[in-house]
Amino acid sequence: MAIDIIYGERVATGVDADARDGELWLCAGDLKQVSGWEYKPQGFCKGDVCVPVPDARKSKFVAEGRDGVRYNLAALANLLGQPVVTDAEFGAWCFGEAAAERKRMLTSLDAPDFSLPDLDGRMHSLSEYRGKKVFVVSWASW
Amino acid sequence: MPIAIAFDSGGNAAAEPWIKAAKPTYPCLVDRRHICAELYDMVNVPTAVWIDERGKIVRPSEPAGVSDAFRKMNRTNFAIPADAMSELQAKRKAYQDALRDWVAKGSKSRFALGEPEVLRRMHTPDDVQVRAAANFRLGEYLFENGHAEEARKYFEEADRLRPESWNYKRQAWALEDPMKAGGPEFWAAVDSLGEGKYYPGAEDI
Repeated sequence: MAIDIIYGERVATGVDADARDGELWLCAGDLKQVSGWEYKPQGFCKGDVCVPVPDARKSKFVAEGRDGVRYNLAALANLLGQPVVTDAEFGAWCFGEAAAERKRMLTSLDAPDFSLPDLDGRMHSLSEYRGKKVFVVSWASW
Repeated sequence: MPIAIAFDSGGNAAAEPWIKAAKPTYPCLVDRRHICAELYDMVNVPTAVWIDERGKIVRPSEPAGVSDAFRKMNRTNFAIPADAMSELQAKRKAYQDALRDWVAKGSKSRFALGEPEVLRRMHTPDDVQVRAAANFRLGEYLFENGHAEEARKYFEEADRLRPESWNYKRQAWALEDPMKAGGPEFWAAVDSLGEGKYYPGAEDI
């Protein structure tokens, strides 16, 4: 079925996924594109980071699907401590950031980078202003 | 360099009149998904963070030059009593003075905090609070795709999980009706704080 997946700042629409009972099974290509994670002999990997899969529960993470091997992104999220919120009616799955990851980023005291548009749609990243003091201040129309 | 960020799921339509009126000389960015709020654990506006030349946080998220004196406002005509107005102006001036002190003196400013003090003051979200963020994000996604009614369930869940986030509360109200974010629901929520602060400010400014 076609599922919309929000994964941190990534959004993928109409992903060919098998969703059932709190599990979300993707093929290897979609897994990488949607989440950045890849399955390797040592476990799920992104960049230099690898997370081993518990042997006893491997079938919860990796299984032969209707058209080859599929990977359960929801089980990976659970392993990583990420919150998952789903809307069955719209076929939408939202994977948030884990509390531990937020804490790691903030307590490093390295200001987390972001890229956001101005009114003209031009993107600005915090990292462009390295070398200057930056005063980031929020407001809202409401 | 100031960077002003609008937490506005209504996008440019909501933020543009205010930005145009301010005639800014610095970047004014529009953050529909409240990405910056999640990254820096901001739960209200205006909230600011100070970042030095090396990209290090020297003051974590805190209310920027505001105080709870606004609660004395007359809720019918929005008039602010003189004593409350003085308090608001004094708070704003103290904050601006502190900011200027940091700009002039850098790490020698007493307002640029050392690492242990930044860490002591910093709040990081727990499991329930990141779940609130994921609910808000899904609500925003549904809203952005034209499902305003269905989005409400997720905004309400975000508010239930993290009631201290005025961003979640007021953004959801504003998407229903722009006047609602400052209407009776808002004041009832402020009143329910009792002695608690709407703007829990820093101790040193």
